[in-house]
Amino acid sequence: MKYRTRISIDKLFKVVFKATGMLVLALLGGIFAMLVYNSISFFLDIKPLDFITGMEWAPTAKTPKYGMLPLIISTTVVTFGAMIIAIPLGIGTAAFISEYAGSRLKNILKPAIEMLAAIPSVVIGFLGIVVLSPGIANMADLPNGLNALNGAILLAIMALPTIITVAEDAIHAVPNAYKEASYGVGATKWQTLRKVIIPAAAPGIITAVMLGVGRAIGETMTVLMATGNAGLIPTGMFDSVKTMTATIAIEMGEVPYQTTHYYALYAIATVLFFMTLFANIVGEFFINRIRKYHAV
Amino acid sequence: MQYKTNRLSTVIEWGTLLLSTIIVCFFLFVIIWEIVSKGASSLSWEFVSAIPKDGMTAGGILTPIIGTVLLTLITAIFAIPFGICCAIYLNEYAENNWLTRTIRAAIRNLSGVPSIIYGLFGLALFVQALQFGTSLIAAGLTLGLLSLPYIITTTEEALKRIPNSMREAALAVGATKFETIKDVVIPSAMSGILTGVVLTLSRAAGETAPILFTGAAFFINGSSGYLNQEFMALPYHLYMLSTQHQSIDQVRPIAYGTALVLVIVVFLLNLTAFYIRYKYRKNEN
Repeated sequence: MKYRTRISIDKLFKVVFKATGMLVLALLGGIFAMLVYNSISFFLDIKPLDFITGMEWAPTAKTPKYGMLPLIISTTVVTFGAMIIAIPLGIGTAAFISEYAGSRLKNILKPAIEMLAAIPSVVIGFLGIVVLSPGIANMADLPNGLNALNGAILLAIMALPTIITVAEDAIHAVPNAYKEASYGVGATKWQTLRKVIIPAAAPGIITAVMLGVGRAIGETMTVLMATGNAGLIPTGMFDSVKTMTATIAIEMGEVPYQTTHYYALYAIATVLFFMTLFANIVGEFFINRIRKYHAV
Repeated sequence: MQYKTNRLSTVIEWGTLLLSTIIVCFFLFVIIWEIVSKGASSLSWEFVSAIPKDGMTAGGILTPIIGTVLLTLITAIFAIPFGICCAIYLNEYAENNWLTRTIRAAIRNLSGVPSIIYGLFGLALFVQALQFGTSLIAAGLTLGLLSLPYIITTTEEALKRIPNSMREAALAVGATKFETIKDVVIPSAMSGILTGVVLTLSRAAGETAPILFTGAAFFINGSSGYLNQEFMALPYHLYMLSTQHQSIDQVRPIAYGTALVLVIVVFLLNLTAFYIRYKYRKNEN
């Protein structure tokens, strides 16, 4: 090939590669613009304060009510329940894999965690219906087990792989010198883990938890299938709940195009977007701290 | 404190960590056991080679299988070139300035955006603005956008592992930067890139939320597979059979069979990725 053609191909591809980088920016910008544009159309009809603090979500009633507080509380209850289950299990497993398991056991456990992460959310939701729901109904003497507890357990299972992998990396990254110093002054393995390793890995563990929270808030199919979807403010874990993601998934298919209800679903998505963004930014803040800390 | 009590507590402490690990593995075991033990009886050659019949209470799941394969193919065709090009830009060309940092931050945020929001974006962009309608192509492109941040991140990891000396050697014998990337960097990073791509596609194949409003259909009569028409997909089929079908108990065996096929597809893709990574690590040593 001629030298000049080679140079022009080189230049051309430099532009192509850069353009794809710009496309990623455009994608995030596009998602953001779509959410904001449709939300503004909604807020022209409904006051933002009424939307956020309204106690009732009844968009198809005669006098439609667009209060998303029940949805926010539902999402919070399910996510919180999931984290109560997943955080101790996740950190315990991460500590076990990193500090106690031999290399052969590690080679079994790590792929097992990856397999758990690979299971599609719709399959987990299906098992919520066929396994967990009858189980909960039997135990608590309820007509069915499609409620917040069911969703929380399923979301815990879905968040566990993320929490375990990130927390394990953080625990693994603690310098050996810390451990040796701790053993040197006579501490046991457990004392070292609790008083030295976990505190040193804390920022990474917080990141793991926040990523798990982000995953749980944004998860759609499992909660859609397993929580019963009653749009009321829940009073306990045995109440049926309707999360923000489930509301969008159910109602977007039925709502007429460009009505207030249609825009309302985009407004929910905007709140959802900022909630997950917040969780991810907090997570990132802590992982940056651990990076700086270990660089010193 | 006496040493003896310490030893007892050591067992308890070690037991707690072991117990949490066992519980996590138990979750995985229950999921796989339930799906395999109850799905295996529905699985037959007919089940994967016949189209759904009698309001989906009989017949197989060929239509959703074809739908999922085509959907994943469109996702791959769109997301792989874009993802790899973007990763090349970030790792090989981009300087460390505000623009690069913004792009990286955008990628991190995109990978945290809930899949249902990608579904809304696909609806607004492909279905409505670009007038594709609810169709295979709209859903495939939506999944492509969802996959993009993962492909970029994993490809960049693979490119980072290629030592600079290889690039310098190619440049020194007169190759242009593009030729260096095409003939030296990409081939050396190929297995790493492939691992990431296959893992991302396995994730995309199991996604349901983004295809809810962009083209997945409850039932398609006869053959599907037209780009501009609605389609059936395995995850959506499972969702419909387990929540929306009018005789849910009657179709439960088919739902179990669908779940099993979906899990098998996803695990096979994952095993492929593990295998590529394993060979790659071996060659590296």
